[in-house]
Amino acid sequence: MNSHLGRRIAQVLPTILLVSMLVFGLQQLMPGDPALVLAGEERDPVVLAQIRQELWLDRPIPVQYLHWIGGVVQGNLGYSWRIREPVLSLVEEKLPVTLQLGVMAFVIAIGIGIPAGILSAVKRNTRWDYIANGIGLAGLSTPNFWLGIMLILLVSVKLGWLPPSGYVSLFDDWRQSLATTIMPAFVLGNAIAAVLMRHTRSAMLTAMDQDYVRTARAKGLSEGVVILKHALRNALVPVITLGALELGTLLSGAVLTEQVFSIPGFGKLIVDAVFNRDYPVVQGVVLVTATIYILLNLLADVLYVVINPRLRRA
Amino acid sequence: MSATVIRSAPVVPKPQSPAKLAVWRFCRRPAALIGLFVVTVFILVALLAPWIAPYDPIQTSWTAIRKAPGALHWMGTDENGRDVASRVIWGARASMMAGVISVAIAAGIGVPAGLLAGFVGGRTDMLLGRLVDAMLAVPNLILAIALAAFLGPSLQNAMIAIGVTAAPVFMRVARGATMDAATNEYVEAARALGNPGWRVAVRHILPNIVPPVLVQATLAIAGAIIAEAALSFLGLGQQPPAPSWGSMLNSAQRFLTQAPWLAIFPGAAIFMCVLSFNLVGDGLRDALDPRGK
Repeated sequence: MNSHLGRRIAQVLPTILLVSMLVFGLQQLMPGDPALVLAGEERDPVVLAQIRQELWLDRPIPVQYLHWIGGVVQGNLGYSWRIREPVLSLVEEKLPVTLQLGVMAFVIAIGIGIPAGILSAVKRNTRWDYIANGIGLAGLSTPNFWLGIMLILLVSVKLGWLPPSGYVSLFDDWRQSLATTIMPAFVLGNAIAAVLMRHTRSAMLTAMDQDYVRTARAKGLSEGVVILKHALRNALVPVITLGALELGTLLSGAVLTEQVFSIPGFGKLIVDAVFNRDYPVVQGVVLVTATIYILLNLLADVLYVVINPRLRRA
Repeated sequence: MSATVIRSAPVVPKPQSPAKLAVWRFCRRPAALIGLFVVTVFILVALLAPWIAPYDPIQTSWTAIRKAPGALHWMGTDENGRDVASRVIWGARASMMAGVISVAIAAGIGVPAGLLAGFVGGRTDMLLGRLVDAMLAVPNLILAIALAAFLGPSLQNAMIAIGVTAAPVFMRVARGATMDAATNEYVEAARALGNPGWRVAVRHILPNIVPPVLVQATLAIAGAIIAEAALSFLGLGQQPPAPSWGSMLNSAQRFLTQAPWLAIFPGAAIFMCVLSFNLVGDGLRDALDPRGK
């Protein structure tokens, strides 16, 4: 088990390093001179030369990369060109908002996806199975920004139950905070629920064909105990790893959901930075997002080993 | 005692060739057939847009601003008096183009890379594998947004961004299928006959990795259509006044209370189109999977 985890941890660093090169390389795709973008209307060659020198743009690309990554390692993701604030402090400010949204979305996704997957597997080839599969496929095919707009139209505009946009921190007023985030969290959780439902269904079908489930039934245990205690416990093991892969969907989805509901989170930060041509913020957000994603996947791998007795003994 | 007559179900002979068997399996799935029908309708709408759209999609009319759906404009008009139905029809063209071209870019990068990694193995495989890991570590829409941001907002750049971000999955699929195909006897026979490596890979392995790549491509088109709509929604894809389902949803947000139809129709078009591609993809996967039920 230790060697497996050790290998997995050893893979993380080179991957993060490659991601950093990828993120840095994005800047090279930019048409034109970044100094011109930064200078705006200013076309004085002296000013342009000064900007290039300050940002190390007059050095070879590998040197620029080493300078940038050196700063990143020390917690310096650069400065926002637009608001002249450290990118790290912007990230620290916005990340908790997206984190709250993400946690709520995952709870909703688990709450819908896993029971629907169990129902679908237990009632295989019945009306329930077809309904659950149909809803799952529809969930996968619905663009979350459209679902968000439709929910605003129905729940906020027509029914007036929830505010259509905005955000209140959990620490300021938890009720208002839940009211502003429940709808976006549902939108964000919807696609993940569909994926979890499909994984749970397939894992449950495999588990229910196993000998230990047959033995549990032969012992006279009730169907509920057989399903929940024997089949589900084993079926959930692969669902955890596959579910962790959906964290990417969650982070991508947050960009659109935050835009629709005007939530000042991580996603809105990157979109605003894109339109303000604030490239250090774009690079910083992409790097932080990728690092979070890699580390969460590592955590899922560790959990997978911890909860799977067969791997623990290996 | 009455005699019991046991009637067996009519036996439909299974076709023998793998391609015919796949078509036979696909045709036995009603959902996949419905999906294929709707996809065909969308393709026809995209191709015939100039002839079937009732109005010019970018022609504004100050006398027809935000008109509700009716006989003249059956999906209503937008904030500039443009016909929504015509824009949805022309939007199909942008979405279909983005779906097909992005996936062609993704497959064009991913399949040769996967074939190389799976066939050559060793360090090449390891290096390409690490690169794929790094690309997959960045959530795809975020990578596409970053790429589109640095390349500049346009439909063409959005397609490049979506294609590049989808390439790693094609590489993984092609690599796995190549490694699987490389163990077959006909590959060993081709090698034993003295064929050079590239010819074995291109002439003997490549045709055999088509089925999983085809399934991936169909599902990836669905993903690419959503991604294009998302980038256009954010203002990074199709630029106004050219119609796109995503950008239509973006402007619809501002008029949700006064003109909800502006949001309903383009969103429903994305949903139906993506759902249909997913149904076809699921059907193809079941039809082409040799271990299929």
